[in-house]
Amino acid sequence: MQRFILIAVPYAWLLALFLVPFVIVFKISLSDIALAIPPYTPTLKDGFAAFVAGLDFENFAFLASDDLYWKAYLSSLQIAILSTFMTLCVGYPIAYAMARAPEEWRPTLMMLVILPFWTSFLIRVYAWIGILSSEGFLNQFLLWTGIINDPLTILNTNAAVYIGIVYTYLPFMILPIYAALDRLDGSLIEAAEDLGCSRLQAFWLVTIPLSRNGIIAGCFLVFIPALGEFVIPSLLGGSETLMIGKVLWEEFFNNRDWPVASAVAVILLLILIVPIVLFQRNQQRQAEEET
Amino acid sequence: MKKFLMSTAVIALAATAAGADTVRVYNWSDYIDEDLLAKFEAETGLELIYDVFDSNEVLETKMLAGGSGYDVVVPSGTFLQRQITAGAFQKLDMSQLPNIENMWDVVSSRTEQYDPGNEYSINYMWGTTGIGVNVPKVQEILGTDAPIQSWDLVFKPENMEKLAECGVHFLDAPAEMIPAALNYLGADPDSHDPDVIATAEPLFMAIRPHIQKFHSSEYINALANGDICVAVGWSGDILQARDRAAEADNGVEIAYHAPNEGAQMWFDQMAIPADAPNPAGAHVFLNFIMDAQNMAQASNYVYYANGNAASKEFLVEDVIGDTAIYPDEATLENLFTTTPYPAKVQRVVTRMWTKIKSGT
Repeated sequence: MQRFILIAVPYAWLLALFLVPFVIVFKISLSDIALAIPPYTPTLKDGFAAFVAGLDFENFAFLASDDLYWKAYLSSLQIAILSTFMTLCVGYPIAYAMARAPEEWRPTLMMLVILPFWTSFLIRVYAWIGILSSEGFLNQFLLWTGIINDPLTILNTNAAVYIGIVYTYLPFMILPIYAALDRLDGSLIEAAEDLGCSRLQAFWLVTIPLSRNGIIAGCFLVFIPALGEFVIPSLLGGSETLMIGKVLWEEFFNNRDWPVASAVAVILLLILIVPIVLFQRNQQRQAEEET
Repeated sequence: MKKFLMSTAVIALAATAAGADTVRVYNWSDYIDEDLLAKFEAETGLELIYDVFDSNEVLETKMLAGGSGYDVVVPSGTFLQRQITAGAFQKLDMSQLPNIENMWDVVSSRTEQYDPGNEYSINYMWGTTGIGVNVPKVQEILGTDAPIQSWDLVFKPENMEKLAECGVHFLDAPAEMIPAALNYLGADPDSHDPDVIATAEPLFMAIRPHIQKFHSSEYINALANGDICVAVGWSGDILQARDRAAEADNGVEIAYHAPNEGAQMWFDQMAIPADAPNPAGAHVFLNFIMDAQNMAQASNYVYYANGNAASKEFLVEDVIGDTAIYPDEATLENLFTTTPYPAKVQRVVTRMWTKIKSGT
């Protein structure tokens, strides 16, 4: 009995916070737009038979008929993949340096990585507007040093979106890699060097493979939220930044078309399920290896 | 967007602190003298929760979702009309609004096309959609004869190409930008014919690479700080940017024009949601706003004209004497109004706007 209750808790959690909202969104995606409160039809007020009869897959057919949507999905995928890669390139050396730092420094370094979370995410993204704008700190500094003569246009371009995503999600990349590197047995590297590896070879053949799980976990933790990101592209991006989060917002707010917006969200979820399942598998395998 | 996210958090708080002594107002950003809010609380003893938004679409989505928790909201004319049809508002109780006699018939007669009989709403402010320019910068780029009083400035690709280097923002509001383009092309700005609307697309596609951003509130600060040199925006917002720049004394000099070819005239109307928690308090707030001195104080602060005839004697010369705010007869004739798009046309308009903004 106790065991049953223990298992029931996470399942109830999943049911209430994942499955029920998803069913609601899925239902709206099968509805039609209406000028009413709420702005779609049918609702349960119409009676159950009419409710079921009023549902169809029209909105999904509509998504397929317009190239805007798949272009937005592709462009979001591109931005998410590239920014994940960049975050990895920036995050790995930081995690490596942290793991190699003297034992007594590590809690402080860890603290410094987590510290930005104490400020609201929104305010930190807003701060980048002040840094990147054409009259912002970065341009003022570069003009002052004489490196450039005309201010760079960074804000309101895709470059600013990449900077925003890499900055925001960097801790999610550093922490799992650091955890993996921290557990790394230093004697393995010594053994590799004794057996004739150069330092670079030892890093490539021993350190990287042994921190693989951290790299994978970090990449997923960055990739998944970056794909549906809305705040960063809308604040830092320009008119050419096409991301599915923005398209979703437009369907919902500008078109008042909740059914099509819901259909876009359902497809986004389907796209995300692939990496999430891969991530789960990796976690499972890791757990098995450890036991 | 920050304001939108913040206000969402505020609603969550407001929902827990709701009470009969509280009035919750949802108005446009940068749209009131905040001293008035304190004055309202002191005079009436009611607690005021004041949140802001920066697009009609955000407000409309909240209204159509229902249960917004607000007592007073401020949609623009066409949006008001559509939301009345959807059943989002309640009729005003005129017996609770003695100050209604202060309203100005010139404005009331125009707002009747959205709200017949003005049964659901009162006019808060009205204005035009035109062009704000950083005059010295634009003249430096285009020469002293730059067409700053004409839509040529932003609709001619050769001008936009040069202006791109100093930054151009457009409103992210298709219901205002497309009529402006149609009017410029000599078509009926209020056309609901998809074929006519489509004629605006090539005009925007030719200039879109030179538009830095489509946004409906960032241009105030961007213009004032000198980050951009041209913005297509709302009259009072650009005049606020002008004043902020003058205060900062940063060498930025802003001017606003409702272009010669004609500009859209819009009306922001205060209305009470059908499910407002405190409709009595909402009426108190509307009556307070319609007080001649209060309304004048708001206009003097935000540089928008209001629909209150009695307030005119309290307006400062900067406002009542400025034809950019209170247009003269000749300009008034050039102004046009629009009506809401039906749902099918709306989709065509939004799709075209998305294409214009993103290039796909």
